[in-house]
Amino acid sequence: MDFDRIKEKLEILADAAKYDVSCSSSGSKRKNTKKGLGDSSGMGICHSYTQDGRCVSLLKILLTNHCIFDCAYCVTRKSNDIKRAAFKVQEVVDLTISFYRRNYIEGLFLSSGIFKSADHTMERLIRVAKKLREEENFNGYIHLKSIPGASDELMREAGLYADRLSVNIEIPTKSGLKLLAPDKDHEDFMKPMEKVKNEIIQYKHESKLIKSTPKYAPAGQSTQMIVGATGESDRDIMYSSAFFYRKYNMKRVYYSGYVPVSNDPRLPAIGSQVPMLRENRLYQTDWLMRFYGFDIRELLNEQHQHLDMEIDPKLSWALRNRQLFPVDVNRVEKKLLLRIPGIGLKSVNKIIQARKFTKLNWEHLKKIGIAMNRAKYFITCDSREKELKDLSSENLKSIILQNSQSKFRKDINNQLSLFQ
Amino acid sequence: MTEKVLTYDGTFMGFLCCVFLSYEQKIKVVEIIPAGLDQSQLFCETENVLTEESKALRVLKGLKTKTSSNGFLRIKWAFLSEETGIELKLLQMINYIFSKKQKVDSDYSNPAVLEITKTAKKVGREKHRMEAFVRFRLTKDDIYFAIIEPDFNVLPIIKKHFKSRYADQKWLIYDLKRKFGCFYDLNKTEYVSMDLPEDMGISGGNLEYFDPGEIYFQKLWKEYFEATNIKSRANMRLHVQHVPKRYWKYLSEKSTFT
Repeated sequence: MDFDRIKEKLEILADAAKYDVSCSSSGSKRKNTKKGLGDSSGMGICHSYTQDGRCVSLLKILLTNHCIFDCAYCVTRKSNDIKRAAFKVQEVVDLTISFYRRNYIEGLFLSSGIFKSADHTMERLIRVAKKLREEENFNGYIHLKSIPGASDELMREAGLYADRLSVNIEIPTKSGLKLLAPDKDHEDFMKPMEKVKNEIIQYKHESKLIKSTPKYAPAGQSTQMIVGATGESDRDIMYSSAFFYRKYNMKRVYYSGYVPVSNDPRLPAIGSQVPMLRENRLYQTDWLMRFYGFDIRELLNEQHQHLDMEIDPKLSWALRNRQLFPVDVNRVEKKLLLRIPGIGLKSVNKIIQARKFTKLNWEHLKKIGIAMNRAKYFITCDSREKELKDLSSENLKSIILQNSQSKFRKDINNQLSLFQ
Repeated sequence: MTEKVLTYDGTFMGFLCCVFLSYEQKIKVVEIIPAGLDQSQLFCETENVLTEESKALRVLKGLKTKTSSNGFLRIKWAFLSEETGIELKLLQMINYIFSKKQKVDSDYSNPAVLEITKTAKKVGREKHRMEAFVRFRLTKDDIYFAIIEPDFNVLPIIKKHFKSRYADQKWLIYDLKRKFGCFYDLNKTEYVSMDLPEDMGISGGNLEYFDPGEIYFQKLWKEYFEATNIKSRANMRLHVQHVPKRYWKYLSEKSTFT
């Protein structure tokens, strides 16, 4: 191995891949068989964290950053004057295996700039995955990018080696895409998603009948949207997201605050702040949709097109629906427990367990670990003292804000002042 | 009721014998401590409990029928925390479990249950961290070798993870703090104890012990780690929260190569 050359390529091609935020390595159920290498049947593991606090779970690289497209938001766009490099198939295989054996990573996340054609690129990505599975008997996690416009035949093959496939839609609206990536077609993104979805359904069905059916993308598909590059509202973004979850059975939709990489006048200038708080609120909304039983239309709609930056979306919803509260934590059904601000999934389960044995009071709830500063205004329990509830929602909000701290407080002031 | 301090051999089986004795002699146990760590209690009788498998197994059997599988696991994991006083807390939880007809290992309104659950969670976190932060280095004789110094005694509960993952390579994980390691020889794992030469270091690739390529892979990994960072999103607080400083010395991506 020529370490110096590999090091140089790694620097360029890891740097170019870092804007893809997906790092998940869970949900695959791929077991180690025949004493091979690796096992991804357990939960995902983050082996390290970058200095920006993101998890490092997979070796996330591009096969090459040569690209025939010129998407304004992308650092690898054709017109950008940067160093270009390309890995050989065997180099990626060797690097993945050597890192995996040392317990640095859970597997490989391989993406690529599009060289020659979509199919040509997709075929090369598949070759890496196939080699890892068949020649190295590798059972670690493999996440491949579905290249927009790749043929159905290749997408079918990709899923046989990869645990997860993803196409990044990047721009949440069609009009935004037209503006920033004029040579890309919206349909090209949807086609591979549709194909992978159908294959997953078919393989699942067959594996019920025939036990030896091979696995097809067992960890499903995901996608990513850039936030804050164009003028979409939070509603636009989350409605797109809800569409992808519903239509393509996405496992995850990722939201990536736009990091300025270009002086293009269509985009925020280099050096402008990454909208991290907004990104955070979008993830909270995503969770409410997937795990807390909320319909996205309850959280964002014609009247409320943007999320409240000061408070979390669940609290924001609860303040708009005061007529439903307070609820008695000792009686109320799970569905409503999940909707109380300051009570998360884990606390909900603990409450349901614990109330079988005892009537819970404030002390119990505190020990269970719910966020009392928010929750107490929306619940009753087995205690005499009650919290003031005849306050208006605005009053309540300011009381809660005064009595809580947020690591984002300084960002809120910054981001709000932009609009004043 | 007589009050007693119990000492035992520090093993889980030994602890279960303490539980057995507390029921057999109908005594009030005021403290359970591993032998060697005991300080003389002035006003209390101390008894050293001998570990007898048959007694331990009886307690184990009873415990398994009166707990959920998760509840039982939490008891075992909390024990591995080695925290002072954890034995007595466990005994309180076990007393509570045996005193009730139905399974109460998830009754978090009971203080002992809640505390054991929290301790078990801490141990679980450490287990998960070790599964993440172990960094193998390839030795000259083809063994992937790693040193750890976990806060809690998690080696017994992480070996299964490594065995199923690295089934085709020999590996050895050594707990420097507790002076024992776990070695996998391609067939089975076994506990070993040994003296490690000091100049092996906890990272780096001293050529006397390690494969000539080893140091390069550590450097490549560090290179990758740095290239994947997005500077405009810097958040050191979050970084340190996820990778506490006490683990940095094992991580090649955090080390400075000279």
